[in-house]
Amino acid sequence: MTTPHDRAEIKTAQILTAFTDGGHRGVVVDSPPGAGKSTLVGRVGTEIAAAGDPVAVVAQTNAQVDDLVVKIANRLPGLPVGRLSRDGYQPPPTVLLPNVQVASRVDDLPDCRVVVGTAAKWAQVQTARTWPWAIVDEAYQMRSDMLLLIVPLFEQMLLVGDPGQLDPFSPIDGERWAGLPWDPMQSAVAVLLRNNPHIVPHELPVTWRLPASATRLVQTAFYPFSQFAPGTHDGERATHVPTVGIRRTAVDEVIDLAAGSGWGFLELPHRNTLRTDAETVAATADVAVRLLQRGTETRCEQAPGGRRLTAARIAVGAAHRDQVAAITRALRARGEIADGIRVDTANRLQGAEFDITVILHPLSGRIDATPFHLTPGRLCVLTSRHRHACIVVGRRGIPELLDAHPGTEPVHLKGFIKFPDGWEANQAVLAHLANHRVSAPH
Amino acid sequence: MTILTSLAKALAAYSMTPQQLTVYRHLHISSKPIVIVPLTLAGETNAPLAAMVGPDRARPTLIVTRQPRNRAERIEFAGRLASELLFPIETAAQQTQATGPGPNARLRVVDAPQLWVPNPAGIEFIRTLGRMTRLRFIEGPWAVPKKVRDLGIWLTWFAEQAEFADTGALIAATQAIAAVWATGQSDLEDGNLAAQMAWLAPPEGMDVAAAVSRAENPQLCPPAGPSTDPTFDRLFLEPALRDLATARNPAAHNAVHRRLTAMLEEQMRPTWELTWTAIDLLRDVPEAPRVPKRWEQQRDRFTSFHRYVADGGRPQAKRDSAGRSAQRLAELEQRMAAFEAQRAYDDPLVIADHRLTGEAFAGQVVDVDPARRVPGLRRNMLRPLVTVATGDQTHLDVGQHVYDPARNGQQAVIESVTETEDGWRIELELHNQMGSGLTAKPGSVPTLGEDVTYTSVTETFVRRRPWPTRDETPWTHGGPPPDSTPVVEDAAEDWS
Amino acid sequence: MSVDERLNALRGTAPRKPHNARTLAALAANPGCRRRTLLDAAGIDKGQIAQGLGVRISIGQMSSIAIARGKGFEAKVKADGCAELLRLLREHIGLPVAEVHYHDLNPADTDDRITSRLRRSQRALQASAESNEPTGTLFDHPILQLTVNGVQVRIEPDLIAFKLGNQFFIVEIKSFAILDGTANSGKVAGAAQQSAVYVLAMREMLQTAGLDPDMVSDQVVLVCPKDFSNHPVAELLDVRKQLATLKRQLDRMESVESLLRLLPPDLSFDPRLDAAGRPTRDPQELAAAVYQVTARYSPECLDACELGGVCRAEASGMVPVLGRVVREDLGGIDSIKEAVELATGLREPDAGQQQVADLLRRAYGMRETALGAVR
Repeated sequence: MTTPHDRAEIKTAQILTAFTDGGHRGVVVDSPPGAGKSTLVGRVGTEIAAAGDPVAVVAQTNAQVDDLVVKIANRLPGLPVGRLSRDGYQPPPTVLLPNVQVASRVDDLPDCRVVVGTAAKWAQVQTARTWPWAIVDEAYQMRSDMLLLIVPLFEQMLLVGDPGQLDPFSPIDGERWAGLPWDPMQSAVAVLLRNNPHIVPHELPVTWRLPASATRLVQTAFYPFSQFAPGTHDGERATHVPTVGIRRTAVDEVIDLAAGSGWGFLELPHRNTLRTDAETVAATADVAVRLLQRGTETRCEQAPGGRRLTAARIAVGAAHRDQVAAITRALRARGEIADGIRVDTANRLQGAEFDITVILHPLSGRIDATPFHLTPGRLCVLTSRHRHACIVVGRRGIPELLDAHPGTEPVHLKGFIKFPDGWEANQAVLAHLANHRVSAPH
Repeated sequence: MTILTSLAKALAAYSMTPQQLTVYRHLHISSKPIVIVPLTLAGETNAPLAAMVGPDRARPTLIVTRQPRNRAERIEFAGRLASELLFPIETAAQQTQATGPGPNARLRVVDAPQLWVPNPAGIEFIRTLGRMTRLRFIEGPWAVPKKVRDLGIWLTWFAEQAEFADTGALIAATQAIAAVWATGQSDLEDGNLAAQMAWLAPPEGMDVAAAVSRAENPQLCPPAGPSTDPTFDRLFLEPALRDLATARNPAAHNAVHRRLTAMLEEQMRPTWELTWTAIDLLRDVPEAPRVPKRWEQQRDRFTSFHRYVADGGRPQAKRDSAGRSAQRLAELEQRMAAFEAQRAYDDPLVIADHRLTGEAFAGQVVDVDPARRVPGLRRNMLRPLVTVATGDQTHLDVGQHVYDPARNGQQAVIESVTETEDGWRIELELHNQMGSGLTAKPGSVPTLGEDVTYTSVTETFVRRRPWPTRDETPWTHGGPPPDSTPVVEDAAEDWS
Repeated sequence: MSVDERLNALRGTAPRKPHNARTLAALAANPGCRRRTLLDAAGIDKGQIAQGLGVRISIGQMSSIAIARGKGFEAKVKADGCAELLRLLREHIGLPVAEVHYHDLNPADTDDRITSRLRRSQRALQASAESNEPTGTLFDHPILQLTVNGVQVRIEPDLIAFKLGNQFFIVEIKSFAILDGTANSGKVAGAAQQSAVYVLAMREMLQTAGLDPDMVSDQVVLVCPKDFSNHPVAELLDVRKQLATLKRQLDRMESVESLLRLLPPDLSFDPRLDAAGRPTRDPQELAAAVYQVTARYSPECLDACELGGVCRAEASGMVPVLGRVVREDLGGIDSIKEAVELATGLREPDAGQQQVADLLRRAYGMRETALGAVR
């Protein structure tokens, strides 16, 4: 019987071969959450560079770039690695390894076997050089117009990304390009695949992040056409929360439930509210803080003996920036214990990983859903950042809201159609959460 | 939309009076706007039926097709519209001035034409009519007059300009009004020019409620087009067209056509008047400070496109190529961001919106160190510190760049945010626009006790690699597409 | 009383107005509206109700000129045993059609009852589904039926079903133009929603007959005029999303039975038509009856439902008339007066309103300051 490790290893080898021996100009790799995407990027980059060829690496944010620089530089001691950045960018000290060079012009990094930069930075590069190999990380988050600018720099490209996360965004109504195979509003991968139907994406088969309790739900709700399995089995990940005696609240109950099953839904009474609804915000902050107060411990393959959950291993996620600000304030008000808990929007949590996440449900307290709130990628990001458990907080009435949601989105001839539908994805998650519900008193 | 807009709508509905959404008008209004009220024949693709056109409210030019189902008549319609529009375009293009002194100055028209239509469907009419006429040949078997093709090129340009947030070239009256006033009805109802104007300028002696009710009756207030009212079609238009088709001699034909003209004028006249009233109302709103600069840029665009047409430039392609799409998207985004920032800097109600969403804060300077210097690469740099006390709940955080609208967008970086009993103290480091010396030039640093506002909203300009031409379209985007030069089929395109 | 009897009683003497593909597709516009669900289930003519209440209806009216043109276009596509359509299927869609059978399911004469046409259509389509004949077959104007809310609804689509190999395709002929490969996205959405109704109905029929429902393709052939001409052009339309939407809406539609349970037993919407078909019922009394069933009004209803104007009048003074975004921004406040009084400080907020009241007051204050400075 093959282990998850074996299967992942076989797939990685296949991808490497397809990229380096296949003579393909483009190879696409779809990765479910936590399937080792950046490990793959780091490894492919390192192997090609070690074999003697220059490699360009494209990521979407500065944090991703810094992360990849460290990964690659550590694997290539002695070989110079370039960090391409805008003028005045101060990389964090961890990036400044002996073999890392930082420059704002790519021609100032002539000796670097590997050059890493954001897509936006690569899109400004003025050089006569081209790279035989390029690796694009988080390629589904890159817009196709960005790809258009950087393609001429590279001969062969490996594009790696997570198709279930949020699509790139523009405030512009892109109606005039709808249906064009090079629609600039679409993701780089969507456009590349539409124009090159012979390219069949590889799929990474194992999620190392998601626990067994989340893999099935995330897969059916957000990746209906993919097959992936958890890297750990049921018993390998466990959360232990010391019991409380008297005065056990709904917050305690939902934590206990999530510790046991991986999921919890703290449901507040129904009410139409502002999106920064004080009660929901408070309940969200309470859950996060209570996890720490109770001395939660997690046990997993990284820490078989168990370890204490720290603030840095908790994330609180929401849909809107003002919600994030309100939760941040609520956490600050709860004292030092909350310092270090990451509070952010789904957009910015993409790619990040935590032990336990607390989510303010995007549809909580609303009267109507909008396409923004129904975007499956938003909920997908929020419900797939955790290694142990995910606790959702929201007001009662979300299923009714979904049922009343009109299905009248415009349709474009030859338009890009993406599955799953946001409604279906939301329903699937809600149906699952219904079995892990704790009602909070008003 | 934002809470301020929603509140304004509620106030309008409660008081039955329109409520201002902005203190200023952020749209340039030409001293000589040209209004077009078009009507099309139902069931066809943009078949022009009639139009009321011109720069003079009292004397509109009336164009009525002699037979809307006839291809030659459509060309004739386009030709007559061309005569109305190309003349002011040429006139404007002839009057130029230098952009400045010195050898690098360019020429810029003194004023550019501005077209108005009643509603967004009118813009769509302009766009589609442009598409219908620009790809024609001006010689050969399907030749059309040159002015018809030129009209197509220009209408397409105007319609494309209308896609930009900061447009001043082609304006839909309903949208221009909605940018300044909230009525007590929904956006959907505001899309009906008559119903919207019922709030702003109800007929003499009529209250708003009665005016709105009247405006929603197509028999009393014909739709603003280009689609006609179905009841009008059934009772009047269809019989007239039938008579037109069966008229046996020119005299009979002319008689029917006179009847048709009169009934179509009756359908267009109210919209024509409402559009002009809308322009007058908007003109009375004070213009925002940054409007002239934007209009100058619009004049530049007009100047350069006129040169392109005069030099025999090709008509615009049917659809954007990969490079053109990406370039256009970048320009749409850049101009939208700039417009948003300029509106925010100019208008206290727009900045209030940003304060309510946490993208800006206003407060009082409670501490200032105007002479602070920090070591730079070669020498010390002037970096004054300003501390602002605010009650606004901002979600801007340390490290965020913010800008001071009152000092032309002077840049500052948030150094710290501290919660106090009655709000927050935000410490800012000022970065630019203080002169070149080591002491700030007078007025460039806020003083103690001054009321200040900062926002994260800013204009962005990104330098990029060049966009690929059609022939350079890379493999990821399908490779170079077939040539876009108009082909004979385009010229021969069937129209009915 | 059975559900059917209750529904008939609600309708009264007015003739039944059955669902059709258009009304079923329109369900998507506001699936949460009980008023619409109930009236549609009872086969009540909503336009007539609106008329009885003296409210003008703006939807559903099409220009006679447009209708004539649409009919002309359809006739052109279907002329000579659908010769033009076959060319499109071959050239635009790339289907390997050589020759085809043409099966006319149009009414034979004015006496041709819909039930017998339905049976005829079912027999023809099922026989075709069971045969392995390689030649294509066109079915012109079949009658289909679909189970909605437990009731068999017959739909008479203006369409052609086309079978090739073991796949059925729905062909929709529409009169809006495809210009340079694009078309009005609202109209395409409408066509896709209607087609989804046909696909689902055909699938249901095959399934009932013990055949494979997936024989009906979820790719629909859309035929429209090209550019500015009346020459047809065909495009494939993927209706998987619309099918999923329709299915879940039918699945989750609040059952009529439970809706009826909420209503007084003697409720009736009978407009009491006179001999000329004019409503004679006292409008106030009729309005009172209609208002017994709650509506979920938003301004979009004005373009999607005959009762839009009625519900708008009912909701006058309430926040929903200002639009969905405003309703969401005002965080659960229902009345416009209340919102204004909270903003201006004339009213003390309830326990649940404190937060939104604070926001409104702040917004109002900023507004006054900004406008006051220039006044």
